[in-house]
Amino acid sequence: MIILRFFGQFVRVLLILLAMSGVARAGLTIDIIGGVDAAQPIAVVPFGWQGPAMNPPQDIAEIIAGDLRRSGLFAPLSRGDMLSRPQDGTQINYRDWRLLGTSSLVIGRMTAVGDQYKVQFQLFDVNRETQLVGYSFSVPEKELRRIAHQISDIVYETLTGDKGAFNTRMAYITSKVWRTNNVRYYALHVADIDGHNPQLVIRSRHPIMSPSWSPDGRKLAYVSFENRRSMIFVQDIFTAERRKLAGFKGINGAPSWSPDGTRMAMSLSKDGNSELYVMHVASGKLQRLTNHRAIDTEPSWSPDGQNIAFTSDRGGKPQIYQVSSHGGKPKRLTFEGRYNAKPTYSPDGKRIAMVTGQNGNFRIAVLELDSGFVQILTKSRLDESPSFAPNGSMIIYATEYLNRGVLAAVSVDGRVQQRIALDEDGDAREPVWGPFLTINK
Amino acid sequence: MNAFTRTLAVLLPVAMLWGCSTTPSTTDADLTAGDAAMTTTGGGMDDSGMVGSGIGDSDMGSGVEVGGIQGNGGFVGDPLQDPNSMLAKRTVYFDFDKSEIKSEAREIIEAHAQYLSANPSVRIVVEGHCDERGTREYNLSLGERRGKAVQQVMSLLGVSSSQIELVSYGEERPAAMGHDESAWALNRRVEFLY
Repeated sequence: MIILRFFGQFVRVLLILLAMSGVARAGLTIDIIGGVDAAQPIAVVPFGWQGPAMNPPQDIAEIIAGDLRRSGLFAPLSRGDMLSRPQDGTQINYRDWRLLGTSSLVIGRMTAVGDQYKVQFQLFDVNRETQLVGYSFSVPEKELRRIAHQISDIVYETLTGDKGAFNTRMAYITSKVWRTNNVRYYALHVADIDGHNPQLVIRSRHPIMSPSWSPDGRKLAYVSFENRRSMIFVQDIFTAERRKLAGFKGINGAPSWSPDGTRMAMSLSKDGNSELYVMHVASGKLQRLTNHRAIDTEPSWSPDGQNIAFTSDRGGKPQIYQVSSHGGKPKRLTFEGRYNAKPTYSPDGKRIAMVTGQNGNFRIAVLELDSGFVQILTKSRLDESPSFAPNGSMIIYATEYLNRGVLAAVSVDGRVQQRIALDEDGDAREPVWGPFLTINK
Repeated sequence: MNAFTRTLAVLLPVAMLWGCSTTPSTTDADLTAGDAAMTTTGGGMDDSGMVGSGIGDSDMGSGVEVGGIQGNGGFVGDPLQDPNSMLAKRTVYFDFDKSEIKSEAREIIEAHAQYLSANPSVRIVVEGHCDERGTREYNLSLGERRGKAVQQVMSLLGVSSSQIELVSYGEERPAAMGHDESAWALNRRVEFLY
């Protein structure tokens, strides 16, 4: 009996490992390394399947459960613990689910109709024995993962009241030495936020840095050294069309797209040393924002487009300042610690995430703008490049783990931690969370 | 010239040519844009793998075929080629988040400045670098500030600003890999490239 139970555990671990190796093939692996204690119990039952093949092309329920688990707010019931696998509302035995401690239940079914797949799902409140929400989608096979993420968004929003950010993408930079020719390559990639579907945007033998999303999620601005010095480029991620936006004398760095997409804040040293400028993207017309012999860089727009937070060492050490996006006198925002840099506004504009240096360690911190309160969210020594989820729930950032650059995520309260490892050798860094993707209804 | 050196003299250029021709094809393309670009049809829902390699942007051509800046002053008797000269030292180092020239660096900078002012036709690239600590764009600016500090000393010693090209790579091109002070100390630097 004991052996049997042990064996059951072993099988479960094996199943999890198999599931993870499935993820691994996609390019990035996400490990949750804390924070599931206080999570809400939910069950996502394997979806029913009707089609010519034995198995459905995607395990929709597994994608949804993975999304919800990664948020840290939900603890999906393992499949081995499910007493039944209902596929529609009439098959639900609410008492069984209550006994398992499940408060919410997601069920669904998928049917092949020609070259389309009909995906139906329903979310139930187990205690009230009522349906909370239900939808039906018809999509081609390649859209199935995206539909699963949309279902996760709907479940998340219904149960938490906050918009989900599962149907989003991230951009990130990699750097690795190719074994075939012993040359270091730098690359900019875009992947789904769960690490799947990584796609190359640009690769170069010269450094690439500082990606910034256009607010419509169609374009990326970035810095490339392909001409032996830093220049800012803009590239359409769908058509691969690109153009040089800034190639002035000196540094062309830190591009940051305005919330309305018409302007780009950047740091240029063409007039002597690094100063902030705002460029009108269509005309290339420049407006200078700062004028100081110190370093002014890393601009980030407030969501209303009124202000720009930036890094400056005008006080002797790098600290965060804020200036009107139309220019004016900058105001200092950070006073604690000797190194605060790379600010980024939360989507609600109430907080700023940044890199804070303390006793030789660099960590991700969040500054509450009203109170001035600073909370340090991470514990490693080389954390950098924080970027908020578009719903403000999590911050993705870069860190060092086992001597490699890896990506990680932390919930805004610091409770949930994830590590996102690149499945090939090399370093990953500078993750930037993209905007909400447009949903086709 | 004996038989061996004669053979060598013939074989060496051949070997060099051979070396060129066997360069892996991956090095031919210095830059790849969107070779797995995403395409969309209808509201961002579709991202099937469209292939769109090669970009028709004129910006692409420049800078991607040129090799690193090569020394072209390799004539006999040039102090640049003398390993015992102070000019053999092509790197000066800095403290964390600092751009002040350290005393041991001053001697090296002065030697290069003397050489450059005596040879006004020689141009150099002064490359500023940082260690990985701190943020990347701040370090890009810090690298430039380090380069400028070196440039300033050189112009005080009579080097024309037209002889110096300043470039900052921030923390993007470390000289030493590793994530500790021994690596960081080697990465906080300014390099002179003739």
